[in-house]
Amino acid sequence: MEEQEYILLKGNEAIAHAAIRCGCDGFFGYPITPQSEIIETLALEKPWETTGMVVLQAESELASINMVYGGGATGKRVMTSSSSPGVALMQEGITYMAGAEIPGLIVNVQRGGPGLGTIQPSQSDYIQATRGGGNGDYNTIVLAPATVQEMADFVDLSFELAFKYRTPVMMLSDGVIGQMMEKVKLPPFKARLTRDEIEEKYPWAATGKRKPGQSPRIFTSLDLDPQVMEDHNKDLQQKYSTIKENEVRYEQKYCDDADYVVVAFGSAARISTKAIETLREEGLKVGLFRPITLWPFPEKELLELSQHVKGFICIEINAGQMVDDIRLAIKCSKPVVQYGRMGGMVPTPEEIAEVIKQNAR
Amino acid sequence: MKHEIIIAGYGGQGVLSMGKMLAYAALVEGKEVTWMPAYGPEQRGGTANVTVIVSDEYISSPILNTFDIAVVLNQASLWRFQKLVKPGGVIIYDPNAIMEPPTRTDVSIYSIAATEAAIEMHNSKAYNMLVLGGLIQAVPMVKVDNVLKGLRKTLPERHHHLIPMNEEALRKGMQILEKK
Repeated sequence: MEEQEYILLKGNEAIAHAAIRCGCDGFFGYPITPQSEIIETLALEKPWETTGMVVLQAESELASINMVYGGGATGKRVMTSSSSPGVALMQEGITYMAGAEIPGLIVNVQRGGPGLGTIQPSQSDYIQATRGGGNGDYNTIVLAPATVQEMADFVDLSFELAFKYRTPVMMLSDGVIGQMMEKVKLPPFKARLTRDEIEEKYPWAATGKRKPGQSPRIFTSLDLDPQVMEDHNKDLQQKYSTIKENEVRYEQKYCDDADYVVVAFGSAARISTKAIETLREEGLKVGLFRPITLWPFPEKELLELSQHVKGFICIEINAGQMVDDIRLAIKCSKPVVQYGRMGGMVPTPEEIAEVIKQNAR
Repeated sequence: MKHEIIIAGYGGQGVLSMGKMLAYAALVEGKEVTWMPAYGPEQRGGTANVTVIVSDEYISSPILNTFDIAVVLNQASLWRFQKLVKPGGVIIYDPNAIMEPPTRTDVSIYSIAATEAAIEMHNSKAYNMLVLGGLIQAVPMVKVDNVLKGLRKTLPERHHHLIPMNEEALRKGMQILEKK
């Protein structure tokens, strides 16, 4: 296997390079700050000349997500990316994908809201991402990268999960991780699947003319018979239970002897870590718990941790969204305080250290 | 060793690229590095700044509010970032069009007349390399050779003829740095 060397990339650029390298068949997107470098990098790299990957600037976010719906239905690894207001526009397509059990990757490099909001970083789409966002009873798997390396690594992981469970997967990042440069080792090249390979691996995929005796491939989220629809919903819920059982991911730092634990994801976890390092030097026993999958949420792990600590401090760049999940996970057995900034303002390490100090006494 | 640096000035001065050159050099040296721009609707004439952290160890936060080193290339940036330098830290500024030089007494202050030097070189594009030369002269965090290696690695081949000019600017910047 070729050994990759470290290079310096923006988080957004890392996503584009990782997509080309993981056998992605198509990217459909519409530019929006702070994630436009994804489609810009793809346009510069011209993967259609090398791997055959399609890169298309669609006419809108609605068009993009429905192209992902179509591509996913044919068993292709396809993706889109946008930022908060654009992802809001895509919700109809995402719930249709969940209903029709179509795999695909949606990247959200979040910016402040509500509405058009601002172009500066935010984490205020947590609830939208983890609750499905569109109509109906569904969840998407949500991965929250905290480094440029994870921006690269989670692209292939997202596709693997999307196809394993036939469900849309979201990477929930933000303007900090998207815009920052950091060293990264890109994954080795993986070939795109051939049509034969797709037919063999994904017998559900619409790959062309029906073979004799084969049933038609129908992708729909609509059924007018409520009994059929309820049975379909039960199947979906069964699938979500399996995902909850198998796909929880998280990271712990300095938790072994911690009296108080900061729970934070993505860029907020990075900034909180600096605050924790400073406070540790002052002798304060504070740890970090970083959910990597926001859905499924690491409930059991937090409940277990709650038995050994005095309380939790939830740091997120929003008005307080993940804090509800923490309280539910630990069954409100310990105090949980929340701190965040809004509208594109990003907390500093000093600011977070002060919040921790006030509450960890 | 860890260096937490803010580089700030006007859009068009090459502030972000200067940060990138420093980051690439750190990468060549096998160091940890983060580069975080204040992104926004910035353009030529507006303000631009970038936080670069160069470290031997894992870097947690790419976002900072206090710095070891501030490289400030206009008056607005000097006003804004002077107070955020940690005691014992370093301020490097270009005296061009500066009416109120740095007033801190608990930090080391250097000036670099890079605007003037770039005019003498008849090359406004050399500006940020002059400043970078001053920075690594004041605080030798990366070697000159590794800045050039970083340039060679990241510049497309068609621009490689510009490397000697960049090296000249870098070395000139190291010479014209003045301790205040």
